[in-house]
Amino acid sequence: MLLHELTASKVRERITKREVTAQEVVEELLEWINLKEPLIKTYLCLDEDGALSKAKEIDEKLSNGNKVGLLAGVPIAIKDNMCTAGVKTTCASKILENFIPPYDAFVVKRIKDEDAIIIGKTNLDEFAMGSSTENSAFQITRNPWDIDCIPGGSSGGSAAAVSADMAFMALGSDTGGSVRQPASFCGDVGLKPTYGRVSRYGLIAFASSLDQIGPITKDVLDTALLLQVISGHDNFDSTCAALDVPNYISDIDRLDDVLKIGVPREFFGEGLNTEIKSALMDALKIYEANGAKLVDLSLPHCEYAVATYYIIATAEASSNLARYDGVRYGHRSRLSSDSNIVDMYSQTRAEGFGNEVKRRILLGNYALSTGYYEAYYLKASKVRNLIKNDFEDAFKKVDCIICPTCPTPAFKIGERVTEPLEMYLSDIYTIPANLAGIPGISIPCGFTSAGLPIGMQILGKYFDERKLLKMAKLFENETDFHLKRPKLNQQV
Amino acid sequence: MDIGLKEIEYIANLSRIALTDEEKKTFKKQLANILDYIKKLNELDTDTVEPMAYATDLKNVFRKEELTPSLSRQKILNLSPSNVNGFFKVPKVIE
Amino acid sequence: MKYEVVMGLETHAELNTVSKLFCGCSTKFGSEPNTQACPICLGLPGVLPVMNERAFEHSLKAAIALNCEIGRFASFDRKNYYYPDLPKNYQISQSYFNIGNNGYVDIVVKGKKKRIDIHNVHLEEEAGKLIHPEKSDDDYSLVDFNRAGVPLLEIVTEPDMRSIEEVESYMQILRNILLYIGVSDCKMQEGSLRFEASISLCEKGAKVYGNRVEIKNLNSMKAVLKVLAYEISRQGDLLDKGKEVLMETRLWDEVNAVSRRMRTKEEAHDYRYFPEPDLVPVWIDQKWIDETKKTIPELPVNKRQRFVKEYLISDYDAGVLTEDIFLADYFEACVKLARNSSKELSNWIINDVLRELNERKINIQEFTVTPKMLVELIKEKSTVGNAIAKEVFIEMVNTGKNAQSIINEKNLAQLSDVDELNTITANVIEKNPKAVEDYKRGKKNALAFLIGQTMKMTKGKANPKILTEILKEKITTGPK
Ligand SMILES: [Mg+2]
Ligand SMILES: [Zn+2]
Repeated sequence: MLLHELTASKVRERITKREVTAQEVVEELLEWINLKEPLIKTYLCLDEDGALSKAKEIDEKLSNGNKVGLLAGVPIAIKDNMCTAGVKTTCASKILENFIPPYDAFVVKRIKDEDAIIIGKTNLDEFAMGSSTENSAFQITRNPWDIDCIPGGSSGGSAAAVSADMAFMALGSDTGGSVRQPASFCGDVGLKPTYGRVSRYGLIAFASSLDQIGPITKDVLDTALLLQVISGHDNFDSTCAALDVPNYISDIDRLDDVLKIGVPREFFGEGLNTEIKSALMDALKIYEANGAKLVDLSLPHCEYAVATYYIIATAEASSNLARYDGVRYGHRSRLSSDSNIVDMYSQTRAEGFGNEVKRRILLGNYALSTGYYEAYYLKASKVRNLIKNDFEDAFKKVDCIICPTCPTPAFKIGERVTEPLEMYLSDIYTIPANLAGIPGISIPCGFTSAGLPIGMQILGKYFDERKLLKMAKLFENETDFHLKRPKLNQQV
Repeated sequence: MDIGLKEIEYIANLSRIALTDEEKKTFKKQLANILDYIKKLNELDTDTVEPMAYATDLKNVFRKEELTPSLSRQKILNLSPSNVNGFFKVPKVIE
Repeated sequence: MKYEVVMGLETHAELNTVSKLFCGCSTKFGSEPNTQACPICLGLPGVLPVMNERAFEHSLKAAIALNCEIGRFASFDRKNYYYPDLPKNYQISQSYFNIGNNGYVDIVVKGKKKRIDIHNVHLEEEAGKLIHPEKSDDDYSLVDFNRAGVPLLEIVTEPDMRSIEEVESYMQILRNILLYIGVSDCKMQEGSLRFEASISLCEKGAKVYGNRVEIKNLNSMKAVLKVLAYEISRQGDLLDKGKEVLMETRLWDEVNAVSRRMRTKEEAHDYRYFPEPDLVPVWIDQKWIDETKKTIPELPVNKRQRFVKEYLISDYDAGVLTEDIFLADYFEACVKLARNSSKELSNWIINDVLRELNERKINIQEFTVTPKMLVELIKEKSTVGNAIAKEVFIEMVNTGKNAQSIINEKNLAQLSDVDELNTITANVIEKNPKAVEDYKRGKKNALAFLIGQTMKMTKGKANPKILTEILKEKITTGPK
């Protein structure tokens, strides 16, 4: 097995046992990236020098017999909407094309403290707005399993990088499914933690009440490991819970009780691809065979989730993105100097934002504007409560919920770009968890006849990530979908 | 709930985004399409439902009243598209 | 006047915290531009706000002091509008659940009490400062974010004020309350107390008021009074001519003493308020309210009334003494030490102490003469006399020494020795036989002449009371 094909936990083990140096790992990985990047286009920015010098630092620590962190020597990719001090952070937007943050996001600081090596910043839909990574202002990332397909989004770069072994693990952000959906399209494990489990400080906001950072990895153990590192309280995020973080790694293979798994009818109905449906049915059988009880469930308000989401998310986004005005940082339109400030703003933003971002800002401002607030924003906030209640009721009866991550496998590049609504509807199964704030994990559970990965989603109670990981690990122990790698032998 | 050209122009101005006539037409069509889908919410009677304004149950989160260092002015101004004499420079603002 | 007028006031007071509302940057006034800013208060991508506990406590204290109803919880909302001094292009403020609602302030105009209703009290963040270059052909403006994010308390009245005098009283009393409870230093010259006024007129007796005019950016009480007087006459003139008063926002032009229409296009105030998702609500229980109440001192209006009743001083004097809580404390400390002479102490403080404070441009906390020293001086007055006591007072202010040592050093003590005064008066009587005769014949002011002569000889130090007695006795009983 080549170095870059290892999981993060394995490569860390080999580095800390001095079987290989961190420098060798980074060099080998960079070689592979440079070979495959032209094909997949996952990275917006590679920090080769930074990665190599950090690798040397860790090797030195190890040779001096010093203690090293939980991610010692592991090269990690970071979605380019998380601030990295001194390293360009663009959100895949022209408006931040040359923005170099003067500070590290909380999660970035955490992984640095655990001796991870940041290898680069990955592509995304501009400001994380999209489900295909086609909305990037800079490049289109391809799905490693089929380069004519999208990798999913918005964390498409991170998901593709992990899938193509171009990073050992990655961080993504999930506002409506942006970690889980691309993980499922690329055959990765992806987890959206409970809202408030991981600090959002330094995550460039799309929709503040929905955004949550999560790991994208090659297997469940790596997800547990990365979640362990990034979870916990942060004084710089008022919405971050001050709860103790359990040990996600210990006992991950043990599931004591007989679990009740909720199977929500609404997620298996019309619109679900039949191959995905049958993969899910097979997966449920594996759980049953391991002693779990399946419980038929209804989440009656989830059919309103997409509509609710597109009001709340765009309303928050319209305000969050108001700061990109060309005054303090970022792009400013080169207008003649006698133009007034309003024109400067409007031109700057017209030049700096892509169409999807503009569309959502317009929609959000519409939903909040005088006369529409009650009909849209307030109405959606109420329906959001109904959706949350659906889950709370369900979790009185079951320990977790299993459903598909997406109604279809990865679709073709260009297929849905002209129909925004159709694109929005592809997140129908992932959005409810963001609205309710509950955690969800997507793991590989099969392949379509065309060879595209299928994702299974496990949803859990608030702050019950540990159970999700155990459930996912049980499935992984019984199957080998996660071990399959894309061929990547296509030519550019 | 119809959205016309006037509404598009109004929210484009609120949004501070300059739009071409072509863009106005496209966005009008797309937003109308999305808003039409969103109408779905009206199927639900929410008169007695409380809005969910927060995604957490947290309350009373404060920081201690304490000074922490500011960023150096050079670092701040280095980020800016235009500055002069320690100030950010913008097109003339008329009150 | 032909018209009735209603006015309302929005007051912005910067809270006197050391750090900003959502970050740890300093709130110090007058630093070099953009030296008190960080990723958070500059609204850099990815940053989040965390509320300064002291700022919230100050706001709660103010809301309680202004007799507001305090809801079960307060929450924060985004007010969205574009302006280059507003880093995020939204202001974190309150709209749906303010810290305080439905409060009031009692004011006094021409001895009459009136209640001004407070619509709400809320906490928000300050904007930065926009500077317009002096040369009018310069086509740019400059922004300094040092003030951006300073905690700001907004106090909104109902349109309850009917005269300029009421507005003036309201502003003074409100300012006093904020100073009393210690939440703001209210320094208008530093912009920490600012106002926005609204005014509309109608014909006397008419039921409906005319269009409301708002005036923004008023940086002093004087400016508020001037612009309102100006608007009353401007709007009155328009109505006289049968013209319409436009509903608009105006600015006060201090230099030309006129109000003028704001040139920026009014954006129909579509602020798109919605709950701030980056903050969580603050629940306020009764215990918190009760504990905050305990920290609120007796407020100026109550103190003033009590001073009149308890110390038997005039309402005017009580007003002057209670203008500043520290001055009121000074007065009460003096009264406690001196027991009975409250009226005299009040006179000393209002005339002499305040004069010295004003001349030196210092406040009472910085004053060298402590209450104990002042009381001692007033006791000495009976021996040295009023004129010398005033001299000694100035010397005390200058040197920080107490009265006794100054009197000793300068040998200012009064001449009360009866033997010595006997000798001197005998001398005076001998030298002024005509005056003595005049007095005997009933000319009362002849005695004053003789007293004056004695004073001259003693360089003013003779105890006037003893001296007078001796003189009278000597003249009526004749030479011994
Ligand atoms: Mg305000
Ligand atoms: Zn700051």
